[in-house]
Amino acid sequence: MNEKPLLRVRGLTTEFATSEGAVARALEDVSFDVLPGKTVGLVGESGSGKTTTLMALMRLLPASGRITKGKVWFNDTNLLALSEHEMRDYRWKSMAIVFQGAMNALNPVMKVGDQIREAILLHDLMDRSAAEKRVRDLLEMVGIAPARRDQYPHQYSGGMRQRAMIAMALACAPDILFADEPTTALDVMIQAQILQLLKEIQKALGLAVVIVTHDLGVVAEVCDEVVVLYGGKVAEYGSVDRIYNHAQHPYTQRLLESFPDINNPSETLASIPGTPPRLTQLPPGCRFEPRCHVKINRCAEVSPPLLEVEPGHYVACILREGKEANFQ
Amino acid sequence: MARRDYLIGKMGISLLTLLFVLLLDFMLFRVLPGDPVRAVIGRNVRISADVQNSLRAQFGLDKPIFPDQFVDTLGQWARGNLGVSWSQRRPVSEILISKLWNTLLLIGLGQLFSIIFGVMLGLLAGWKRKTPFDIGALTFSLIAWATPTFWLGIILLVAGSAWFGLPTGGIVSPANIGKPLHTVLPDLIRHLILPTLTFTILYLGEYMLIMRSSILETLSEDYILTARAKGMSNFQVLMRHGLRNAMLPMVTIIALNLGFTVSGAIYIETVFSYDGLGNLVQTALVKQDYPLLQGAFLLLAVSVIVANMLADFLYTYLDPRVKAN
Ligand SMILES: Nc1ncnc2c1ncn2[C@@H]1O[C@H](COP(=O)(O)OP(=O)(O)OP(=O)(O)O)[C@@H](O)[C@H]1O
Ligand SMILES: [Mg+2]
Repeated sequence: MNEKPLLRVRGLTTEFATSEGAVARALEDVSFDVLPGKTVGLVGESGSGKTTTLMALMRLLPASGRITKGKVWFNDTNLLALSEHEMRDYRWKSMAIVFQGAMNALNPVMKVGDQIREAILLHDLMDRSAAEKRVRDLLEMVGIAPARRDQYPHQYSGGMRQRAMIAMALACAPDILFADEPTTALDVMIQAQILQLLKEIQKALGLAVVIVTHDLGVVAEVCDEVVVLYGGKVAEYGSVDRIYNHAQHPYTQRLLESFPDINNPSETLASIPGTPPRLTQLPPGCRFEPRCHVKINRCAEVSPPLLEVEPGHYVACILREGKEANFQ
Repeated sequence: MARRDYLIGKMGISLLTLLFVLLLDFMLFRVLPGDPVRAVIGRNVRISADVQNSLRAQFGLDKPIFPDQFVDTLGQWARGNLGVSWSQRRPVSEILISKLWNTLLLIGLGQLFSIIFGVMLGLLAGWKRKTPFDIGALTFSLIAWATPTFWLGIILLVAGSAWFGLPTGGIVSPANIGKPLHTVLPDLIRHLILPTLTFTILYLGEYMLIMRSSILETLSEDYILTARAKGMSNFQVLMRHGLRNAMLPMVTIIALNLGFTVSGAIYIETVFSYDGLGNLVQTALVKQDYPLLQGAFLLLAVSVIVANMLADFLYTYLDPRVKAN
């Protein structure tokens, strides 16, 4: 782990103004690294802040949301300190995104090829004819016949639209690709194909990927590192091997138990009782405490710091031992 | 292929509508009170019953209404013969055409300006949502939309003539009537300002409100987020991805409005003594000139149908998703 990270997320904290006038702290103190060419998995249950993390990194939070603290270092630039105008240069050229439920992510009244080309021309990467050639190459790369560049999104199947989105995301040769549950809303066969495609592309292009998923099987298959989010905070962060084989956080442990074991299908599915915390009324202590099966009294009182239990393996639980994390 | 099938289907519906309208227009003036022969001969009671009957035979009024009279009338209409005006003793088609251009000019200009400004205002208001600009534009539009046509017309007429010395009626000054167009153009424009302004204000509000809600809905779509993620500025997103999608509902509204504008034209033309179809219809109504009214209704109905067909046609170009359904 000596390679210099491409992206260093440090203490990222965001708030949403909710309709009731309360403030929802969707993310608090989220830190992790993305190394060049590596894949980071963001996991956690619904509402844990996975999408919010990606949106905050691209600075595309909706108007009700706001980043209140933290730094996002892309190489040596703090993206959060840039003006909106400067930030636009980084979008798509440095980091591109495939959205959650991307079925409507393509403009229905524009030809698919034109939408891909638009991204290339927008960033002045090449002239029109070269861009046109690139559009066809990209479509070919994701397994779409280049002749279909002139078709509209409604003429594509769901899987093809997702492929087109991936082609579009690669248009400006980004350093990092964010993929927010790129396979939900697709049927199982297509899911496997899209995942396979992502893997191949990553290998071929040496792309760094941050993938959001509910599916721990996907994580095991494609990720190098995993960030487990719970209620907007990092519960555990480490290499895929550490997380799968030496999970330290009670939440991660439960999460892994709830995931049916491919090698042992008869095993019953353990679900975690209770509900995630309400972000407008956060408990003073550990956010997982109400649902935790190993909690002690102090868990309800102190918010657990992120501890480094092994080099590169971080856990936010006061029952574990380690020195407090100190990210560079 | 899908587009052609779609258009053929729409055309079929238009033809059916047209047939229905023709029937309605034909029937309407058979059930209205008044004897056509009496109307033509006026109050001259000395014309004998025999002559009256021969006149009826001459007009085909002695035959049964269905199918003879109807088929007969359709044939006449198809040849452009809409009958003779009772009050003016001239062919209806000739009268209509002489007024048509004036009205088209007024409606055309009014629609053009209200569409341009309505779309722009709605687009900006939606984009700058909840800012003072938005609130101001919204208030203005609601008031403009709710204002009665003749009231606004009169107010503008008074204000325009008192403060800016604009003419209060007609299309050109009496001295300029009959002169070639290019020499009277400045005078024509001066006369057009007030009625066009009235028209524009009346329709602008509606277009602005629809455009605003349409762009707000469009801006919440996923592909807008995609466009922003690509690195586009908000303005680029608005113009390249927002505008066209938000215009789709507008096309339908505009086409529908083109038909209804004529009713607006009746008020405006009356207020400004503007020599167009609206004024003509009003006069014909007062004088119970049924052939003229019938002809005018026919013209209006056909133009509504044609406007709708144009909208359908335009739609297939704006929205690739429309298919035979
Ligand atoms: N526009 C918003 N306004 C208010 N709260 C929001 C908004 N967007 C997200 N949130 C809140 O932020 C929290 C995190 O949401 P986020 O969409 O990041 O979750 P997620 O982990 O991506 O969930 P999912 O798996 O369902 O996609 C949620 O509790 C959600 O209610
Ligand atoms: Mg999400």
